[in-house]
Amino acid sequence: MKNTIRVHQFHGGIHPPENKKQSTGAPISLAPIPSRIVLPLQQHIGLPADPVVRVGQRVLKGQLVAEAIGRISANIHASISGTVVAIEPHPVPHMSGMKADCLIIESDGKDEWIEHQGLADYTKLPTQALIEYIRQSGIAGMGGAGFPTDVKLHLGDDHIVNTLIINAAECEPYITADDMLMRERADEIMGGIEIIAHLLKPLHIMVGIEDNKPQAIRALHAAMDNSALNLDIVITPTKYPSGGEKQLIKLLTGVEVPSGSIPADVGIVCQNVGTTSAIYRAVTHGEPLISRIITVTGQAAAHKQNYEVRLGTPLADLLNHSAVERQQLQRLIIGGPMMGITVTDEQIPVIKTTNCLIAGSIKEMPPQPPAQACIRCGMCEQVCPAELLPQQLYWFAKGKEFDKARHHNLFDCIECGACSYVCPSNIPLVQYYRFAKAEIRKEDDEQRKADHARQRFEARLARLERDKIEKEERRKQRAIDAAAAQAAKKDAALNQAPTASVSAAPEAGTPDLKQLKSNAAIARTKLKKAEKALNNAQDKGLDGIDTLKETLKQLQLKSAQAEKAYSDAQNAPAKAAAPVLDLKQLKSNAAIARTKLKKAEKQLANATASGEGDISALTAQVSLLQDKNIAAEKAYKAAESGPSNAAAAPIDTTELEADIAALQAKVDKATSAWQAAVASASPAADKMAAGVEKLTTKLKGLQDELSQARAALPASSATVDTTELEADIAALQGKVDKANSAWQAAVASASPAADKMAAGVEKLTTKLKGLQDELSQARAALPASSTTVDTTELEADIAALQGKVDKANGAWQAAVASASPAADKMAAGVEKLTTKLKGLQDELTQAKSRSEAAMPAAAPATAAPDLKALKQQVSIMRTKLKKAEKQLTELPEGADNAALMAEIDSLKARHDAAKALWDAAEADKIAAAAAQGVDLKQLKIDAAMARAAVTKAERALSKAEDDQPALEAELVTIRAQADKLNATLERFSD
Amino acid sequence: MALIRITSPHAHRPGNTGSVMLTVLMATLPGLAAMTFFFGWGTLIQVLWGSLLAIALEALSVKLRRRPVSFYLTDYSALVTAVLLGLALPPFAPWWVMAVGISVAIIIAKQLYGGMGSNPFNPAMVAYALLLVSFPIQMTSWTAPFVMLGDGWSVLSLGETLSAIFATPSTAVDAHTMATPLDIMRHRGGFTTEEMWVNDALLANGIGAWHAVSAAYFMGGVFLLYKKIFTWHAPVAMLTSLTVLSTLFFLLMPDQYPDPFFHLTTGATMLGAFFIATDPVTSATSNKGKLWFGIGIGILVFVIRTWGNYPDAVAFAVLLMNLCAPFIDQYTQPRSYGHAKPNRGMK
Repeated sequence: MKNTIRVHQFHGGIHPPENKKQSTGAPISLAPIPSRIVLPLQQHIGLPADPVVRVGQRVLKGQLVAEAIGRISANIHASISGTVVAIEPHPVPHMSGMKADCLIIESDGKDEWIEHQGLADYTKLPTQALIEYIRQSGIAGMGGAGFPTDVKLHLGDDHIVNTLIINAAECEPYITADDMLMRERADEIMGGIEIIAHLLKPLHIMVGIEDNKPQAIRALHAAMDNSALNLDIVITPTKYPSGGEKQLIKLLTGVEVPSGSIPADVGIVCQNVGTTSAIYRAVTHGEPLISRIITVTGQAAAHKQNYEVRLGTPLADLLNHSAVERQQLQRLIIGGPMMGITVTDEQIPVIKTTNCLIAGSIKEMPPQPPAQACIRCGMCEQVCPAELLPQQLYWFAKGKEFDKARHHNLFDCIECGACSYVCPSNIPLVQYYRFAKAEIRKEDDEQRKADHARQRFEARLARLERDKIEKEERRKQRAIDAAAAQAAKKDAALNQAPTASVSAAPEAGTPDLKQLKSNAAIARTKLKKAEKALNNAQDKGLDGIDTLKETLKQLQLKSAQAEKAYSDAQNAPAKAAAPVLDLKQLKSNAAIARTKLKKAEKQLANATASGEGDISALTAQVSLLQDKNIAAEKAYKAAESGPSNAAAAPIDTTELEADIAALQAKVDKATSAWQAAVASASPAADKMAAGVEKLTTKLKGLQDELSQARAALPASSATVDTTELEADIAALQGKVDKANSAWQAAVASASPAADKMAAGVEKLTTKLKGLQDELSQARAALPASSTTVDTTELEADIAALQGKVDKANGAWQAAVASASPAADKMAAGVEKLTTKLKGLQDELTQAKSRSEAAMPAAAPATAAPDLKALKQQVSIMRTKLKKAEKQLTELPEGADNAALMAEIDSLKARHDAAKALWDAAEADKIAAAAAQGVDLKQLKIDAAMARAAVTKAERALSKAEDDQPALEAELVTIRAQADKLNATLERFSD
Repeated sequence: MALIRITSPHAHRPGNTGSVMLTVLMATLPGLAAMTFFFGWGTLIQVLWGSLLAIALEALSVKLRRRPVSFYLTDYSALVTAVLLGLALPPFAPWWVMAVGISVAIIIAKQLYGGMGSNPFNPAMVAYALLLVSFPIQMTSWTAPFVMLGDGWSVLSLGETLSAIFATPSTAVDAHTMATPLDIMRHRGGFTTEEMWVNDALLANGIGAWHAVSAAYFMGGVFLLYKKIFTWHAPVAMLTSLTVLSTLFFLLMPDQYPDPFFHLTTGATMLGAFFIATDPVTSATSNKGKLWFGIGIGILVFVIRTWGNYPDAVAFAVLLMNLCAPFIDQYTQPRSYGHAKPNRGMK
């Protein structure tokens, strides 16, 4: 039989004695049904299965007893019928001899199948459903690793599978389970391959088999002839470990699976022949994986042959069945002699991956002689199938140089044992590699743990920071609210002290400037000193002139920089401060301009009146002055409206009013002058007319402005106006009354002025109404707080009125009693008074309700805000200061830092001031809190302690491996305590 | 019988370090025989004397280090050292020369470094270099091969040889010493190589002895290769680089430089290539590393032989390359399975 495709080679490999012939003499026979099976919940790679049966429950053969959890896991089925007697830890096949959770089932001897049937035609089933069907049967890789098969069948989903390799190499000595399976059940294997091929749809299928199994090869060929499958049976030279997945892939395809990748990454999927047979039986007969072929061999076994064994059968049963001579048995190996594990407990069960059981005698497997020194002979390197440097890895593992071991690709070691096999010094090399791998994994794990802890710590810090920021945010919001309330109050106060806001001059620019100036001066002085020193040195011929020169140069540079900074600063803040600083200046400028203008106008008027002097020159001067005046006023206004906010508006109005009055006067004057000029037929009349017009326009403009300003006037400022308005109204009322009476007199006397007077009266009445409207508006806009005063007044008024009403009532009753003719009149008077009283009372109740609504809002706002605002200010100052300092340190050496220093100094001063303020405020607060019976400081300490306790508990929790729930509960209580304290603290410190 | 728990693998190839060393010792037999045949009893006596000393000193050292004596003696590594040194020394070297050499090799070069497997330098070569530097007269008076003397095999009896080595050197021995071919070539004065081949008696008539001895070593080496005690890399690389260099110079100036065959078949070339350069403990590890290691030795042998002060150079070349071995190891890691390229350097 010849290969149709080329067989590649893998590096290294060994040819240990095969010892296979002993167990191929007899056909596969059924092992007796065990009276009791032990099913470990984990017989595969991945998560252990989860039991789905209860202790005491009767189960049937093939019944699901434990369910796969997660993607990588496998179902477990009962392999006999009987009763679940326990679910408990039991020794399992493991290198360490450890115990793991197992389901123990006592046989009822009936071996009763659960109802099962295969799929009539699996090709009709959707791929996913078929894979799920296979998953249900609990099949895991039967070559030795036990990787859940369904996961591998899913690989077609996200990988392009070109090649399907069926691993029939069975390279380990002694084992003949696959060999015998192929010889006897090649059709099942072909059927299984068909199913896998149907699922993965590979382009190429290869069966890799070593040339020491000619009968199996023949059987496979015969089965292939009966099958529709097109596959290559590739015969490889017998060499251990050609059955290793990666090695077989290299042999059959020449492709190497990249380190850290799976074969599917290079388009290859490998399945063991035993697995294919299991898949076939599951799909075709509906039999879950409950038995497998196991080779029982070794010199201590009398019957060396393959058995079909129920999973969970204790090894003792098998050993007994094979008549193992216990006297000879020295080493009991599950698996092959190269990679198998020794077990010491015969009650350990057979699991899905158990392919061989070697009952080794001492003659067959003598104890390993003590290891000699490594002579670096390199034989291990020659046989390493992973092309590593085993002896170097050995030195690194021995010296615990794990980084170097990793660098020498320790993790590509497949632990095949070839190196140990050939080592002339009998060094247990694989053990060293396992040790190194375990240590590295442990280190990595610890690293991961540490990283995790660090991440947790960082997250905690971030959370705390977030909390702080949120708190700060809340505090800021409160501060803003408080500031708004304060601003409102200030606005109200502004009307009493209209110019106050202007004087709130910005301080930022000024101290800087001073500092810079002094810096520049200092630099100059230093420079001069240095120059003097240099001169002195030069005169006397002293040493170090060069150094001095260097210093001088630097000082010159510094001085120039300082001066420049100063001049820059001088210009910059001057510009910035100008509108605010110069407001007064501008105002006075405008006034001066106005005065000058007036003077000039006077002169002009005089000149025009007397007809002397150069009228045209004077006129020109006047117009010039007018322009100037306008410019000055404009500048002033612009400056005023720029920096000063709405609060500054009330000043505007008075100012404007004055201006308007002045202008009006001017206009009047100019008009009269013009009329005079017209009368005297002066040539300047035309010009004057234009001037008058101009003035009039200006006046109008000013008047418009005034009305606008009035409209823009904050409602709050109206409060003062109301009293004024009331006075105005009263005066006007008086005038109106007077005018009315005069008009009536005129009408009575039929005077011709009556018409005129009527018009005047009408005018006055209109004006009165306007004023009254204004008053009512002002009243409506009156802030709630100001009503508080009103109510008391109202109450007094009401009381007085009440007295009057009582008196009038009394008088009226007396008049009625005496039948006086004045009684009627009196009744009307009483009625009037009563109405008035009622009106006042209504007003009072309204005012009261309004003030009550306003009270709670206003009251807390006035008390609280200061402390927080102050604190915030302090923190802002601190931040600013720190920033400036940082800038200073970051500034390159020799660069100009004078400006920064100055800034820092000023910031420091401001910070200190703010801090002092805050401290004072806080002291007050603490005192206040103390008055409430709370020691703020103690509270703070308590809160800090509680927080510390929380961190401690957290740390303990992260460290603790066991008893976590208790610690967690503790942590929760501590945290609650801390939170409570924090809340209290916050309440009081805010 | 109680079951034992032990990690895999459970199978082991028969043999141990001792059997490896015995194979090496076996491979030296043809060379030893040839030496004895051509140069008399001297070499045999040196080998036996050295072995005796080596076993004694090894036992003493191991005892002082409180290690199991028999366990360490049965690795036979001390014997290999002694045999190699015995083959390398002049057959009539006084007994104390060997005593000094073995003491240095076993105690200083090997046990002080931690015993077998831990020594960075080849112990036999350390001893040889030390002896060559310290006792140049004793180390350069080689015996004339019997073919030169014309009166039959072994001009000196066993007794005479023993007394020459262990008692005062007799005049009879003096009469039988002469330079080695390498010595003659090295100190040929103004003569061309061609003239030397014609004029010098040894080169003209006795060179066959050296060829024969080299052939014997070569045979031993091939045997070890066959037994897979070492790989072909180091010896082939060494012989190739030496051949290439000597051929190059010989072709350029045939009258100034000896031909490559002369280089390969005289002195310790073959002994060095198959028994010294292949010492696993002190050579590079990987196959690629062994190639570089061998190439380095070949080049150094040629350079020192041609331009150095010493006629032969194998000991110095090997020691120098021993120094380089750890470095070579760093940069000659093999490409592991599944890796695109080999790792280099040290992490």
